[in-house]
Amino acid sequence: MQSMTSVPLSWYLILSAILFALGVAGFVIRRNLITVFMSIELMLNAVNLSFITFSYQLKQVDGHIFSFFVMVVAAAEAAVGLAIILAIFRNRSSLQIDDISSMKY
Amino acid sequence: MHHLWLIPTIPLAGSMINLLFGRRLPKIAVSGVAIGSVLLSFLWVLNVLSGLGGLEEAHIERYFTWIQSGDFNVGFDLMVDRLTAVMLLVVTGIGLLIHIYSSGYMAHEEGFSRFFAYLNLFMFFMLILVLAANYLVLFVGWEGVGLCSYLLIGFYYLKKSAGDAGKKAFIVNRVGDFGFSLAMFLIVVTFGTLDFARVFAQAKDMPVEAGVGTLTVICLLLLLGATGKSAQVPLYVWLPDAMEGPTPVSALIHAATMVTAGVYMVARSSVLYLKAPLAMDAVAIIGLVTAVLAATIGLAQNDIKKVFAYSTVSQLGYMFLALGVGAFSAGIFHVVTHAFFKALLFLGAGSVIHALEGEQDMRLMGGLRSKIPVTFATIFCAAVAIAGVPPFSGFHSKDEILLAAHHHAPWMYWVGVVTAGMTAFYVFRAIFMTFFGSYRGHHHPHESPWVMLGPLCILALLSLGGGYIHIPHFLEPLFPLAESAHESTLVYISVAAGLAGIGLAWLMYVAQPGLPDAISRSFRGLYTLVYNKYFVDEIYDAVIVHPLRDGSRSVLWKGIDEGVIDNVVNGVGRSARNVGSVLRVMQSGYIRSYATWVVLGSVIVVAAISFLGGSR
Repeated sequence: MQSMTSVPLSWYLILSAILFALGVAGFVIRRNLITVFMSIELMLNAVNLSFITFSYQLKQVDGHIFSFFVMVVAAAEAAVGLAIILAIFRNRSSLQIDDISSMKY
Repeated sequence: MHHLWLIPTIPLAGSMINLLFGRRLPKIAVSGVAIGSVLLSFLWVLNVLSGLGGLEEAHIERYFTWIQSGDFNVGFDLMVDRLTAVMLLVVTGIGLLIHIYSSGYMAHEEGFSRFFAYLNLFMFFMLILVLAANYLVLFVGWEGVGLCSYLLIGFYYLKKSAGDAGKKAFIVNRVGDFGFSLAMFLIVVTFGTLDFARVFAQAKDMPVEAGVGTLTVICLLLLLGATGKSAQVPLYVWLPDAMEGPTPVSALIHAATMVTAGVYMVARSSVLYLKAPLAMDAVAIIGLVTAVLAATIGLAQNDIKKVFAYSTVSQLGYMFLALGVGAFSAGIFHVVTHAFFKALLFLGAGSVIHALEGEQDMRLMGGLRSKIPVTFATIFCAAVAIAGVPPFSGFHSKDEILLAAHHHAPWMYWVGVVTAGMTAFYVFRAIFMTFFGSYRGHHHPHESPWVMLGPLCILALLSLGGGYIHIPHFLEPLFPLAESAHESTLVYISVAAGLAGIGLAWLMYVAQPGLPDAISRSFRGLYTLVYNKYFVDEIYDAVIVHPLRDGSRSVLWKGIDEGVIDNVVNGVGRSARNVGSVLRVMQSGYIRSYATWVVLGSVIVVAAISFLGGSR
């Protein structure tokens, strides 16, 4: 509580926004599948940070619960996503995201 | 309760057993189930009739309400009166004999169980038809026998002609059934019920219509239905083609029972017809025209079954003549005797065909008298019966009809007499061509097994003695006997016409075999006309079938279906595709471009919300 007052709320939010923007940029710009995947994790954790911030600020537990949910979903997603990436690599010997473009009209 | 429902239900059960398990059962079990179910049904009919006694009044059993709508109520009701009793005995009795015969005739055919399943199903519907206590239940049987007729005509479904004949029968009957349905609607409108008892009770109090009134219209529409089912002019064309079916089917359905359904229905509606003299005249004239037309065609046919088919049409014409002149009981009498001798003629013809391994052309027969003597003897009994030789069965019923016709209008009697002469001629022509002279084919004729000859012998006895079952007397409570005196001169004349026909046939086909050719040469045009059945099929083809088909093709198919409906549907599809072809460019498959769109979209949404003053 004491330390909270020393660091303003907006700083947390700005940090969260910066992290999220980095994630988005990584997702859009990077071509390696693993990196794209990590960018998604970064975005999720940026959101988690803002959840925790507001939860702390408002003295409510809802934000914690949300962030736990996000973590659980992220873990599940990591398991499935990594399995998919592994399967793709075995089949195509490539992790370039632009090579995987057969899902279209 | 006498459990009338058991009478049709037993053959239905037999049919279901053969339909579901018949393929896996041995033939003896299949025929056992089929014959057994009809036998049980026959015995139950006897039990019911003996239990009901004199049947002075109709015995009605009401099972459940079928349709209820406001005041209108149709129940699933069955009834037995004297008319039904006669029909029940004919249907189950003749049906039983023909089932027994079929087990021999069909023994070497494919689809043995299918055949008996259909035959039993036919029995079910026919019994529903005669037991019905209202028009709608009757109509169920009426349509059902039509279905079974279709299935059995097309029994040899690998033959195109058989399939076509089945379809023809079905479609021609639709025309008649259209009339029947309209008649039922009109009955509902007029009487508010379809129940026989209530309709007739109300009709009894109505005045006799001088001109065309509601009752006349109802009767004419019912007549249209009857002309379809009973093969009368102008809808008789399906019956000769129906001979494509197996011969026992021709005997049971297209000679003895189903085709008499129209006669039964008109007789059942006699109360309505008696109030509509115009409709009565129509019935008589249609009957007379049919009798003459079919008899003349029968004179020149060479297929033994075709001869008997036209003979059936002609005899049905006699029955309609009887109905039309008010001699309903004589009509039903002729239904019964005709069932005996025509079933016998067909079964005998089947035995001949069986002996010759499928040959039906009489020009390739001859001299079979000594080779298949039992068949010859029995078929000869049928021939004398149908020719009206006294004292055999056909004589009695035909005379009742002719006398009644004379009482109504003498010219009808004379036309009937001429037709009787022709009947005798063509039947004996068939007999002489088949059994006399020398054998002209190249098969080795063999007599049929006793399982086929047994029914023939029983039917022969009935054909000879059946005239002494005095059915008009039995039916007197329903149809008062016409007050026609038994004028012996008229009887002598009609008998003489029959004998003359036989004599002429003898002269032309036994005594001087060259004579028919000489006659057909000298009357070339007339012979061609008759031999080709007056080109009725060709005329129907040109006047009805072709315009219908061409009209359907050029207007309905090319114009409306392709031009309008398809264009609308395709237009909707095409416009959807055009929109899609623009949008599909966005589906590049590159995940990063999708992500860019998502980011852009969310930026726009957030910006829009901010500009509009936040989410609050």
